[in-house]
Amino acid sequence: MSAAAWRVTRWILLIAFATYFLIPLAALLNFSTKDPLTRERSLAAWRALAQDPTMTEAITTSLLLAVLTVVGMVVLLVPTMIWVKLRVPRATRLVEFLCLLPLTIPALVILVGMKNVYAWVNYLVGDSPLTLAFVYVVLVLPYSYRAIDASLGSLDATTLAEAARSLGASWFTVITRVILPNIWPGVLGGAFIAVALVLGEFTIASLSHYNTLPVVIVFINKADAPESMAAALASLLFAALLLVLLSFLDRRRHHSGGK
Amino acid sequence: MSDTAPLAGPTAGPAAEPRTGRSFRIGPSVGLLPFLVYVFVFLVIPTITVAVGAFRDDDGGYSLTKIRLLGDDTALTALKNSLVLSFSSAALGAVLGALLAYLVVTAPPTNIIRRVVTAVCGVLAQFGGVTLAFAWMATLGFNGLLTQVLADTLGTEESGVPWLYGMRGLVLVYTYFQIPLMVIVFLPALEGLQPQWREAAVNLGATTRQYWTQVAFPLLRPAFLGSALLLFANAFAAYATAAALISQGSFITPLLIRNSLTSEVLLGQRNFGFALALEMVVVVALVMSLYAWLLKRTSRWL
Repeated sequence: MSAAAWRVTRWILLIAFATYFLIPLAALLNFSTKDPLTRERSLAAWRALAQDPTMTEAITTSLLLAVLTVVGMVVLLVPTMIWVKLRVPRATRLVEFLCLLPLTIPALVILVGMKNVYAWVNYLVGDSPLTLAFVYVVLVLPYSYRAIDASLGSLDATTLAEAARSLGASWFTVITRVILPNIWPGVLGGAFIAVALVLGEFTIASLSHYNTLPVVIVFINKADAPESMAAALASLLFAALLLVLLSFLDRRRHHSGGK
Repeated sequence: MSDTAPLAGPTAGPAAEPRTGRSFRIGPSVGLLPFLVYVFVFLVIPTITVAVGAFRDDDGGYSLTKIRLLGDDTALTALKNSLVLSFSSAALGAVLGALLAYLVVTAPPTNIIRRVVTAVCGVLAQFGGVTLAFAWMATLGFNGLLTQVLADTLGTEESGVPWLYGMRGLVLVYTYFQIPLMVIVFLPALEGLQPQWREAAVNLGATTRQYWTQVAFPLLRPAFLGSALLLFANAFAAYATAAALISQGSFITPLLIRNSLTSEVLLGQRNFGFALALEMVVVVALVMSLYAWLLKRTSRWL
Protein backbone atom coordinates (compact mmCIF):
# COMPACT_ATOMS: atom_id res chain seq x y z
CA MET A 1 0.00 0.00 0.00
CA SER A 2 1.42 3.38 -0.92
CA ALA A 3 1.94 6.07 1.70
CA ALA A 4 -0.88 8.24 0.34
CA ALA A 5 -3.33 5.35 0.23
CA TRP A 6 -2.41 4.41 3.79
CA ARG A 7 -2.98 7.97 4.98
CA VAL A 8 -6.45 8.00 3.43
CA THR A 9 -7.29 4.57 4.87
CA ARG A 10 -6.10 5.69 8.28
CA TRP A 11 -8.34 8.73 8.24
CA ILE A 12 -11.36 6.77 7.04
CA LEU A 13 -10.86 4.23 9.81
CA LEU A 14 -10.37 6.93 12.46
CA ILE A 15 -13.55 8.67 11.35
CA ALA A 16 -15.44 5.36 11.46
CA PHE A 17 -14.26 4.76 15.04
CA ALA A 18 -15.10 8.33 16.03
CA THR A 19 -18.61 7.94 14.64
CA TYR A 20 -19.14 4.68 16.50
CA PHE A 21 -18.03 6.20 19.80
CA LEU A 22 -19.70 9.58 19.46
CA ILE A 23 -23.17 8.56 18.25
CA PRO A 24 -24.32 7.06 21.57
CA LEU A 25 -23.02 10.11 23.45
CA ALA A 26 -24.75 12.47 21.02
CA ALA A 27 -27.87 10.34 21.45
CA LEU A 28 -27.70 10.85 25.23
CA LEU A 29 -27.49 14.61 24.72
CA ASN A 30 -30.30 14.54 22.17
CA PHE A 31 -32.56 12.44 24.38
CA SER A 32 -31.94 14.49 27.52
CA THR A 33 -32.75 17.80 25.84
CA LYS A 34 -35.99 16.68 24.21
CA ASP A 35 -39.45 16.63 25.60
CA PRO A 36 -40.67 13.03 25.14
CA LEU A 37 -44.23 14.04 24.26
CA THR A 38 -43.98 17.26 22.27
CA ARG A 39 -40.51 16.43 20.90
CA GLU A 40 -39.46 20.02 21.40
CA ARG A 41 -36.12 21.07 22.80
CA SER A 42 -36.23 21.64 26.54
CA LEU A 43 -33.74 21.82 29.36
CA ALA A 44 -36.27 20.60 31.93
CA ALA A 45 -34.41 17.31 32.42
CA TRP A 46 -31.14 19.10 33.18
CA ARG A 47 -32.85 21.52 35.55
CA ALA A 48 -34.44 18.57 37.33
CA LEU A 49 -30.97 17.24 38.18
CA ALA A 50 -30.58 20.09 40.63
CA GLN A 51 -34.20 20.20 41.79
CA ASP A 52 -35.51 16.64 42.03
CA PRO A 53 -34.89 15.69 45.70
CA THR A 54 -34.33 11.99 44.86
CA MET A 55 -31.68 13.01 42.38
CA THR A 56 -29.90 15.58 44.54
CA GLU A 57 -29.88 13.16 47.45
CA ALA A 58 -28.36 10.45 45.27
CA ILE A 59 -25.73 12.84 43.91
CA THR A 60 -24.82 13.89 47.47
CA THR A 61 -24.60 10.24 48.57
CA SER A 62 -22.38 9.30 45.64
CA LEU A 63 -20.06 12.29 46.11
CA LEU A 64 -19.76 11.60 49.85
CA LEU A 65 -19.05 7.94 49.09
CA ALA A 66 -16.35 9.00 46.66
CA VAL A 67 -14.71 11.22 49.28
CA LEU A 68 -14.91 8.54 51.98
CA THR A 69 -13.52 5.90 49.64
CA VAL A 70 -10.59 8.10 48.68
CA VAL A 71 -9.86 8.91 52.33
CA GLY A 72 -10.07 5.21 53.25
CA MET A 73 -7.87 4.21 50.33
CA VAL A 74 -5.21 6.82 51.14
CA VAL A 75 -5.17 6.03 54.86
CA LEU A 76 -5.04 2.28 54.30
CA LEU A 77 -2.93 1.84 51.18
CA VAL A 78 -0.38 4.67 51.12
CA PRO A 79 1.29 4.03 54.52
CA THR A 80 1.22 0.28 53.84
CA MET A 81 2.92 0.63 50.47
CA ILE A 82 5.56 3.01 51.83
CA TRP A 83 6.13 0.74 54.81
CA VAL A 84 6.55 -2.30 52.55
CA LYS A 85 9.04 -0.43 50.39
CA LEU A 86 11.10 0.82 53.34
CA ARG A 87 10.93 -1.90 55.96
CA VAL A 88 9.31 -5.13 54.73
CA PRO A 89 10.36 -5.54 51.07
CA ARG A 90 9.79 -9.29 51.28
CA ALA A 91 6.03 -8.59 51.58
CA THR A 92 6.00 -6.75 48.22
CA ARG A 93 4.58 -9.69 46.26
CA LEU A 94 1.96 -10.45 48.91
CA VAL A 95 0.65 -6.87 49.02
CA GLU A 96 0.67 -6.66 45.23
CA PHE A 97 -1.22 -9.94 44.98
CA LEU A 98 -3.85 -8.81 47.49
CA CYS A 99 -4.25 -5.43 45.80
CA LEU A 100 -4.77 -6.98 42.37
CA LEU A 101 -7.05 -9.74 43.70
CA PRO A 102 -10.27 -7.70 43.21
CA LEU A 103 -9.64 -7.95 39.45
CA THR A 104 -10.15 -11.69 39.76
CA ILE A 105 -13.05 -11.62 42.20
CA PRO A 106 -15.97 -9.83 40.50
CA ALA A 107 -17.87 -7.21 42.50
CA LEU A 108 -20.98 -9.36 42.13
CA VAL A 109 -19.25 -12.23 43.94
CA ILE A 110 -18.09 -9.93 46.77
CA LEU A 111 -21.68 -8.73 47.09
CA VAL A 112 -23.07 -12.28 47.29
CA GLY A 113 -20.62 -13.15 50.07
CA MET A 114 -20.54 -9.93 52.08
CA LYS A 115 -23.84 -10.28 53.93
CA ASN A 116 -22.22 -11.53 57.14
CA VAL A 117 -19.54 -8.84 57.12
CA TYR A 118 -22.13 -6.14 56.50
CA ALA A 119 -24.36 -7.43 59.27
CA TRP A 120 -21.47 -6.52 61.58
CA VAL A 121 -20.76 -3.23 59.83
CA ASN A 122 -24.39 -2.19 60.14
CA TYR A 123 -24.43 -3.28 63.77
CA LEU A 124 -21.27 -1.31 64.58
CA VAL A 125 -21.66 1.90 62.56
CA GLY A 126 -25.33 1.90 61.61
CA ASP A 127 -27.23 1.26 58.40
CA SER A 128 -26.35 3.95 55.89
CA PRO A 129 -25.49 4.02 52.18
CA LEU A 130 -22.17 5.53 53.23
CA THR A 131 -21.08 2.18 54.70
CA LEU A 132 -20.57 1.09 51.08
CA ALA A 133 -17.28 3.00 51.26
CA PHE A 134 -15.78 0.07 53.20
CA VAL A 135 -16.17 -2.34 50.31
CA TYR A 136 -15.46 0.32 47.68
CA VAL A 137 -11.99 0.76 49.14
CA VAL A 138 -11.38 -2.89 48.21
CA LEU A 139 -12.81 -2.40 44.70
CA VAL A 140 -10.49 0.51 43.90
CA LEU A 141 -7.36 -1.19 45.29
CA PRO A 142 -6.01 -2.51 41.95
CA TYR A 143 -6.21 0.87 40.22
CA SER A 144 -4.93 2.90 43.15
CA TYR A 145 -2.15 0.39 43.73
CA ARG A 146 -0.91 0.73 40.16
CA ALA A 147 -0.98 4.54 40.25
CA ILE A 148 0.86 4.76 43.57
CA ASP A 149 3.28 1.98 42.69
CA ALA A 150 4.36 3.83 39.53
CA SER A 151 5.15 6.92 41.61
CA LEU A 152 6.86 5.04 44.41
CA GLY A 153 8.92 2.95 42.01
CA SER A 154 10.57 5.98 40.44
CA LEU A 155 11.58 7.35 43.84
CA ASP A 156 14.66 6.43 45.85
CA ALA A 157 12.58 6.14 48.99
CA THR A 158 15.21 4.26 51.01
CA THR A 159 17.80 7.03 50.73
CA LEU A 160 15.23 9.71 51.51
CA ALA A 161 14.05 7.79 54.55
CA GLU A 162 17.61 7.24 55.77
CA ALA A 163 18.38 10.93 55.43
CA ALA A 164 15.29 11.88 57.38
CA ARG A 165 15.81 9.20 60.02
CA SER A 166 19.43 10.23 60.55
CA LEU A 167 18.22 13.78 61.14
CA GLY A 168 15.96 12.45 63.86
CA ALA A 169 12.61 12.15 62.13
CA SER A 170 10.09 9.63 63.43
CA TRP A 171 8.65 7.04 61.04
CA PHE A 172 5.38 8.99 61.03
CA THR A 173 7.24 12.11 59.91
CA VAL A 174 9.14 10.12 57.29
CA ILE A 175 5.92 8.80 55.76
CA THR A 176 3.77 11.94 55.94
CA ARG A 177 6.34 14.69 55.40
CA VAL A 178 9.13 13.11 53.38
CA ILE A 179 7.81 10.29 51.18
CA LEU A 180 4.18 11.36 50.72
CA PRO A 181 4.93 14.78 49.17
CA ASN A 182 7.17 13.00 46.66
CA ILE A 183 4.56 10.48 45.52
CA TRP A 184 1.72 13.01 45.56
CA PRO A 185 0.99 12.77 41.79
CA GLY A 186 0.56 9.00 42.08
CA VAL A 187 -1.71 9.30 45.10
CA LEU A 188 -3.77 11.98 43.37
CA GLY A 189 -3.99 9.82 40.24
CA GLY A 190 -5.18 6.86 42.28
CA ALA A 191 -7.72 9.13 43.99
CA PHE A 192 -9.11 10.39 40.66
CA ILE A 193 -9.63 6.88 39.33
CA ALA A 194 -11.21 5.89 42.65
CA VAL A 195 -13.69 8.78 42.39
CA ALA A 196 -14.60 7.82 38.82
CA LEU A 197 -15.10 4.17 39.79
CA VAL A 198 -17.22 4.97 42.84
CA LEU A 199 -19.44 7.40 40.94
CA GLY A 200 -20.13 4.70 38.35
CA GLU A 201 -20.43 1.69 40.67
CA PHE A 202 -23.80 0.02 40.29
CA THR A 203 -23.47 -3.68 41.10
CA ILE A 204 -23.01 -3.59 44.86
CA ALA A 205 -25.08 -0.46 45.51
CA SER A 206 -28.15 -1.66 43.62
CA LEU A 207 -28.18 -5.16 45.08
CA SER A 208 -27.67 -3.75 48.59
CA HIS A 209 -30.66 -1.46 47.94
CA TYR A 210 -28.79 1.77 48.55
CA ASN A 211 -29.73 4.76 46.40
CA THR A 212 -26.49 5.95 44.88
CA LEU A 213 -26.41 7.95 41.66
CA PRO A 214 -26.23 5.04 39.16
CA VAL A 215 -28.99 3.20 41.05
CA VAL A 216 -31.27 6.24 40.91
CA ILE A 217 -30.44 6.78 37.23
CA VAL A 218 -31.79 3.31 36.47
CA PHE A 219 -34.68 3.72 38.90
CA ILE A 220 -36.07 7.01 37.53
CA ASN A 221 -35.66 5.94 33.93
CA LYS A 222 -39.14 4.43 34.00
CA ALA A 223 -40.75 7.60 35.35
CA ASP A 224 -38.66 10.28 33.65
CA ALA A 225 -36.38 8.96 30.92
CA PRO A 226 -34.87 12.33 29.85
CA GLU A 227 -33.86 13.13 33.42
CA SER A 228 -32.06 9.81 33.84
CA MET A 229 -30.33 10.31 30.47
CA ALA A 230 -29.24 13.78 31.57
CA ALA A 231 -27.85 12.36 34.82
CA ALA A 232 -26.05 9.60 32.90
CA LEU A 233 -24.43 12.09 30.53
CA ALA A 234 -23.55 14.48 33.37
CA SER A 235 -21.83 11.76 35.38
CA LEU A 236 -19.99 10.52 32.30
CA LEU A 237 -18.75 14.04 31.55
CA PHE A 238 -17.70 14.50 35.17
CA ALA A 239 -15.68 11.27 35.05
CA ALA A 240 -14.18 12.38 31.73
CA LEU A 241 -13.16 15.69 33.28
CA LEU A 242 -11.47 13.89 36.18
CA LEU A 243 -9.55 11.55 33.89
CA VAL A 244 -8.48 14.38 31.57
CA LEU A 245 -7.16 16.25 34.62
CA LEU A 246 -5.36 13.04 35.50
CA SER A 247 -3.69 12.88 32.09
CA PHE A 248 -2.39 16.43 32.55
CA LEU A 249 -0.99 15.42 35.91
CA ASP A 250 0.69 12.49 34.21
CA ARG A 251 2.28 14.75 31.66
CA ARG A 252 3.66 17.05 34.31
CA ARG A 253 5.26 14.09 36.01
CA HIS A 254 6.95 13.04 32.78
CA HIS A 255 8.21 16.58 32.31
CA SER A 256 9.75 16.89 35.74
CA GLY A 257 11.19 13.40 35.37
CA GLY A 258 12.89 14.35 32.11
CA LYS A 259 14.70 17.36 33.47
CA MET B 1 19.34 -0.05 44.04
CA SER B 2 22.98 -1.12 44.19
CA ASP B 3 24.22 2.40 44.84
CA THR B 4 22.21 2.59 48.04
CA ALA B 5 23.13 -0.88 49.25
CA PRO B 6 25.93 0.17 51.63
CA LEU B 7 23.53 2.56 53.36
CA ALA B 8 20.64 0.13 53.47
CA GLY B 9 22.19 -1.77 56.37
CA PRO B 10 21.16 0.49 59.27
CA THR B 11 17.44 0.50 58.40
CA ALA B 12 16.89 -2.90 56.83
CA GLY B 13 19.31 -5.08 58.78
CA PRO B 14 19.19 -6.30 62.35
CA ALA B 15 22.01 -3.82 63.17
CA ALA B 16 19.37 -1.08 63.48
CA GLU B 17 17.57 -2.89 66.27
CA PRO B 18 18.94 -1.03 69.28
CA ARG B 19 18.32 2.36 67.69
CA THR B 20 14.74 2.11 66.58
CA GLY B 21 13.37 1.07 69.92
CA ARG B 22 10.36 -0.88 71.01
CA SER B 23 8.40 -1.09 67.77
CA PHE B 24 11.27 -2.90 66.17
CA ARG B 25 11.27 -5.79 68.58
CA ILE B 26 7.74 -6.74 67.52
CA GLY B 27 9.03 -6.49 63.97
CA PRO B 28 8.18 -4.04 61.22
CA SER B 29 5.75 -6.56 59.71
CA VAL B 30 3.24 -5.41 62.33
CA GLY B 31 2.80 -2.26 60.25
CA LEU B 32 1.09 -4.37 57.61
CA LEU B 33 -1.57 -5.66 60.00
CA PRO B 34 -4.23 -2.96 59.38
CA PHE B 35 -4.04 -3.55 55.63
CA LEU B 36 -4.05 -7.33 55.92
CA VAL B 37 -6.96 -7.34 58.38
CA TYR B 38 -8.96 -4.95 56.19
CA VAL B 39 -8.46 -6.96 53.02
CA PHE B 40 -9.22 -10.15 54.95
CA VAL B 41 -12.52 -8.78 56.28
CA PHE B 42 -13.82 -7.11 53.13
CA LEU B 43 -12.41 -9.35 50.40
CA VAL B 44 -11.28 -12.72 51.70
CA ILE B 45 -14.19 -13.40 54.07
CA PRO B 46 -16.83 -12.67 51.38
CA THR B 47 -15.00 -14.96 48.98
CA ILE B 48 -14.75 -17.73 51.57
CA THR B 49 -18.44 -17.24 52.41
CA VAL B 50 -19.27 -17.81 48.76
CA ALA B 51 -17.01 -20.85 48.46
CA VAL B 52 -18.36 -22.46 51.64
CA GLY B 53 -21.96 -21.43 51.03
CA ALA B 54 -21.94 -23.16 47.66
CA PHE B 55 -21.45 -26.48 49.45
CA ARG B 56 -24.21 -26.02 52.00
CA ASP B 57 -27.80 -27.12 51.76
CA ASP B 58 -30.84 -25.33 53.17
CA ASP B 59 -30.56 -27.02 56.58
CA GLY B 60 -27.01 -25.81 57.13
CA GLY B 61 -25.36 -29.16 56.47
CA TYR B 62 -22.77 -29.78 53.79
CA SER B 63 -23.89 -31.20 50.49
CA LEU B 64 -23.41 -30.98 46.77
CA THR B 65 -27.06 -30.13 46.05
CA LYS B 66 -26.41 -26.54 44.97
CA ILE B 67 -23.36 -27.45 42.96
CA ARG B 68 -25.43 -30.08 41.15
CA LEU B 69 -28.01 -27.39 40.37
CA LEU B 70 -25.31 -25.72 38.25
CA GLY B 71 -25.81 -28.61 35.84
CA ASP B 72 -29.48 -27.68 35.42
CA ASP B 73 -30.75 -26.35 32.14
CA THR B 74 -31.26 -22.78 33.42
CA ALA B 75 -27.78 -22.48 34.87
CA LEU B 76 -26.09 -24.21 31.95
CA THR B 77 -27.86 -22.06 29.37
CA ALA B 78 -26.95 -18.93 31.33
CA LEU B 79 -23.32 -20.05 31.53
CA LYS B 80 -23.26 -20.85 27.83
CA ASN B 81 -24.76 -17.45 26.97
CA SER B 82 -22.30 -15.70 29.27
CA LEU B 83 -19.37 -17.49 27.65
CA VAL B 84 -20.65 -16.71 24.14
CA LEU B 85 -21.24 -13.07 25.08
CA SER B 86 -17.80 -12.73 26.69
CA PHE B 87 -16.12 -14.50 23.80
CA SER B 88 -17.77 -12.50 21.02
CA SER B 89 -17.40 -9.13 22.74
CA ALA B 90 -13.78 -9.95 23.63
CA ALA B 91 -12.98 -11.09 20.09
CA LEU B 92 -14.62 -8.04 18.50
CA GLY B 93 -13.10 -5.73 21.10
CA ALA B 94 -9.63 -7.23 20.75
CA VAL B 95 -9.51 -7.04 16.95
CA LEU B 96 -11.06 -3.58 16.63
CA GLY B 97 -9.22 -2.27 19.70
CA ALA B 98 -5.87 -3.48 18.37
CA LEU B 99 -6.64 -1.80 15.05
CA LEU B 100 -7.53 1.49 16.76
CA ALA B 101 -4.42 1.25 18.94
CA TYR B 102 -2.31 0.76 15.83
CA LEU B 103 -3.92 3.76 14.10
CA VAL B 104 -3.11 5.85 17.14
CA VAL B 105 0.37 4.54 17.90
CA THR B 106 1.70 5.51 14.48
CA ALA B 107 1.24 9.15 15.54
CA PRO B 108 3.67 10.75 18.03
CA PRO B 109 2.60 10.81 21.72
CA THR B 110 2.00 14.57 21.64
CA ASN B 111 -0.45 14.18 18.76
CA ILE B 112 -3.85 15.64 19.57
CA ILE B 113 -5.76 12.66 18.10
CA ARG B 114 -3.75 10.26 20.21
CA ARG B 115 -4.45 12.31 23.35
CA VAL B 116 -8.16 12.45 22.66
CA VAL B 117 -8.39 8.74 21.86
CA THR B 118 -6.57 7.66 25.03
CA ALA B 119 -8.62 10.05 27.18
CA VAL B 120 -11.95 8.92 25.72
CA CYS B 121 -10.90 5.28 26.00
CA GLY B 122 -9.98 5.77 29.64
CA VAL B 123 -13.43 7.11 30.43
CA LEU B 124 -15.40 4.53 28.46
CA ALA B 125 -13.39 1.56 29.72
CA GLN B 126 -13.31 2.51 33.40
CA PHE B 127 -16.54 4.33 34.04
CA GLY B 128 -19.54 2.23 35.02
CA GLY B 129 -21.65 0.30 32.59
CA VAL B 130 -24.97 1.93 33.51
CA THR B 131 -24.32 5.10 31.57
CA LEU B 132 -23.14 3.14 28.53
CA ALA B 133 -26.28 1.00 28.55
CA PHE B 134 -28.33 4.19 28.68
CA ALA B 135 -26.33 5.75 25.87
CA TRP B 136 -27.30 2.84 23.64
CA MET B 137 -30.91 2.99 24.79
CA ALA B 138 -30.89 6.65 23.77
CA THR B 139 -29.48 5.58 20.42
CA LEU B 140 -31.47 2.53 19.41
CA GLY B 141 -34.26 2.34 21.98
CA PHE B 142 -37.68 3.96 22.00
CA ASN B 143 -37.46 7.56 20.75
CA GLY B 144 -33.71 7.09 20.24
CA LEU B 145 -31.51 9.10 17.91
CA LEU B 146 -30.80 6.39 15.33
CA THR B 147 -34.29 4.97 15.75
CA GLN B 148 -35.69 8.34 14.68
CA VAL B 149 -33.29 8.71 11.79
CA LEU B 150 -34.06 5.20 10.56
CA ALA B 151 -37.79 5.71 10.98
CA ASP B 152 -37.64 8.96 9.00
CA THR B 153 -35.49 7.60 6.17
CA LEU B 154 -36.36 3.90 5.91
CA GLY B 155 -39.75 3.90 7.56
CA THR B 156 -38.81 1.33 10.21
CA GLU B 157 -40.52 0.92 13.58
CA GLU B 158 -40.41 3.98 15.83
CA SER B 159 -40.35 1.87 18.98
CA GLY B 160 -36.68 1.04 18.57
CA VAL B 161 -34.87 -2.15 17.64
CA PRO B 162 -36.15 -5.09 19.70
CA TRP B 163 -32.84 -6.97 19.68
CA LEU B 164 -31.17 -4.26 21.79
CA TYR B 165 -32.52 -5.98 24.90
CA GLY B 166 -31.27 -9.44 23.96
CA MET B 167 -27.94 -11.14 23.30
CA ARG B 168 -27.13 -9.10 20.20
CA GLY B 169 -27.76 -5.87 22.07
CA LEU B 170 -25.50 -7.01 24.90
CA VAL B 171 -22.69 -7.85 22.46
CA LEU B 172 -23.07 -4.40 20.87
CA VAL B 173 -23.00 -2.52 24.19
CA TYR B 174 -20.21 -4.66 25.69
CA THR B 175 -18.07 -4.09 22.60
CA TYR B 176 -18.52 -0.37 23.23
CA PHE B 177 -16.45 -0.65 26.42
CA GLN B 178 -14.27 -3.56 25.29
CA ILE B 179 -12.65 -1.67 22.39
CA PRO B 180 -11.47 1.18 24.68
CA LEU B 181 -10.17 -1.31 27.24
CA MET B 182 -8.22 -3.10 24.49
CA VAL B 183 -6.70 0.21 23.39
CA ILE B 184 -5.55 0.91 26.96
CA VAL B 185 -4.00 -2.49 27.62
CA PHE B 186 -2.59 -3.13 24.12
CA LEU B 187 -1.06 0.30 23.46
CA PRO B 188 2.00 -0.30 25.68
CA ALA B 189 2.81 -3.52 23.80
CA LEU B 190 2.57 -1.74 20.44
CA GLU B 191 4.75 1.04 21.77
CA GLY B 192 7.33 -1.57 22.73
CA LEU B 193 7.71 -2.65 19.12
CA GLN B 194 11.16 -1.20 18.37
CA PRO B 195 11.64 0.53 15.00
CA GLN B 196 15.12 -1.01 14.94
CA TRP B 197 13.58 -4.46 14.55
CA ARG B 198 11.82 -3.33 11.43
CA GLU B 199 15.01 -1.72 10.12
CA ALA B 200 16.91 -4.91 10.83
CA ALA B 201 14.28 -6.96 8.99
CA VAL B 202 14.27 -4.60 6.03
CA ASN B 203 18.08 -4.61 5.92
CA LEU B 204 17.99 -8.38 5.72
CA GLY B 205 15.73 -8.05 2.70
CA ALA B 206 12.27 -8.57 4.25
CA THR B 207 9.21 -7.12 2.55
CA THR B 208 6.58 -5.24 4.61
CA ARG B 209 4.42 -8.34 4.50
CA GLN B 210 7.25 -10.56 5.70
CA TYR B 211 8.07 -8.14 8.50
CA TRP B 212 4.48 -8.29 9.75
CA THR B 213 3.92 -12.01 9.41
CA GLN B 214 7.33 -13.17 10.61
CA VAL B 215 8.48 -10.49 13.08
CA ALA B 216 5.73 -8.21 14.37
CA PHE B 217 2.83 -10.68 14.68
CA PRO B 218 4.79 -13.39 16.49
CA LEU B 219 6.14 -10.75 18.89
CA LEU B 220 2.72 -9.25 19.54
CA ARG B 221 0.80 -12.51 19.74
CA PRO B 222 1.22 -13.15 23.50
CA ALA B 223 0.30 -9.54 24.30
CA PHE B 224 -2.69 -9.71 21.99
CA LEU B 225 -3.96 -13.00 23.41
CA GLY B 226 -3.31 -11.79 26.96
CA SER B 227 -5.28 -8.59 26.38
CA ALA B 228 -8.08 -10.59 24.77
CA LEU B 229 -8.24 -12.82 27.86
CA LEU B 230 -8.44 -9.74 30.08
CA LEU B 231 -11.33 -8.52 27.94
CA PHE B 232 -13.00 -11.90 28.28
CA ALA B 233 -12.74 -11.82 32.07
CA ASN B 234 -13.95 -8.22 32.08
CA ALA B 235 -17.07 -9.13 30.10
CA PHE B 236 -17.73 -12.27 32.11
CA ALA B 237 -17.57 -10.37 35.41
CA ALA B 238 -19.62 -7.39 34.18
CA TYR B 239 -23.05 -6.92 35.69
CA ALA B 240 -24.08 -3.26 35.58
CA THR B 241 -24.54 -2.93 31.82
CA ALA B 242 -26.67 -6.03 31.52
CA ALA B 243 -28.72 -5.18 34.60
CA ALA B 244 -29.41 -1.64 33.41
CA LEU B 245 -30.36 -2.82 29.94
CA ILE B 246 -32.43 -5.85 30.90
CA SER B 247 -34.69 -5.36 33.89
CA GLN B 248 -36.43 -8.71 33.56
CA GLY B 249 -34.96 -12.01 32.52
CA SER B 250 -31.86 -13.92 33.46
CA PHE B 251 -30.29 -15.46 30.41
CA ILE B 252 -26.68 -14.77 31.43
CA THR B 253 -24.99 -15.88 34.67
CA PRO B 254 -24.72 -12.44 36.38
CA LEU B 255 -28.43 -11.83 35.78
CA LEU B 256 -29.25 -15.30 37.07
CA ILE B 257 -27.36 -14.39 40.26
CA ARG B 258 -29.46 -11.25 40.55
CA ASN B 259 -32.54 -13.37 40.10
CA SER B 260 -31.52 -15.74 42.87
CA LEU B 261 -30.74 -12.83 45.21
CA THR B 262 -33.96 -10.94 44.67
CA SER B 263 -36.17 -14.02 44.84
CA GLU B 264 -34.58 -15.13 48.07
CA VAL B 265 -37.96 -16.04 49.50
CA LEU B 266 -37.92 -19.11 47.31
CA LEU B 267 -36.42 -21.94 49.32
CA GLY B 268 -32.78 -22.58 48.56
CA GLN B 269 -32.32 -19.69 46.15
CA ARG B 270 -29.84 -17.94 48.44
CA ASN B 271 -27.38 -20.79 48.46
CA PHE B 272 -27.86 -21.29 44.75
CA GLY B 273 -26.56 -17.72 44.40
CA PHE B 274 -23.42 -18.88 46.23
CA ALA B 275 -22.95 -21.75 43.80
CA LEU B 276 -23.39 -19.45 40.78
CA ALA B 277 -20.99 -16.91 42.27
CA LEU B 278 -18.44 -19.66 42.86
CA GLU B 279 -18.80 -20.73 39.24
CA MET B 280 -18.14 -17.13 38.22
CA VAL B 281 -14.99 -16.83 40.35
CA VAL B 282 -13.66 -20.12 38.99
CA VAL B 283 -14.11 -19.03 35.36
CA VAL B 284 -12.60 -15.56 35.93
CA ALA B 285 -9.72 -16.96 38.00
CA LEU B 286 -8.87 -19.49 35.28
CA VAL B 287 -8.86 -16.80 32.60
CA MET B 288 -6.84 -14.39 34.76
CA SER B 289 -4.14 -16.98 35.53
CA LEU B 290 -3.78 -17.66 31.80
CA TYR B 291 -3.50 -13.88 31.39
CA ALA B 292 -0.77 -13.63 34.04
CA TRP B 293 1.13 -16.45 32.35
CA LEU B 294 0.94 -14.79 28.94
CA LEU B 295 1.94 -11.46 30.47
CA LYS B 296 5.12 -13.06 31.77
CA ARG B 297 5.93 -14.27 28.26
CA THR B 298 5.22 -10.83 26.78
CA SER B 299 7.54 -9.03 29.16
CA ARG B 300 10.45 -10.97 27.68
CA TRP B 301 10.32 -8.84 24.54
CA LEU B 302 7.91 -5.94 24.77
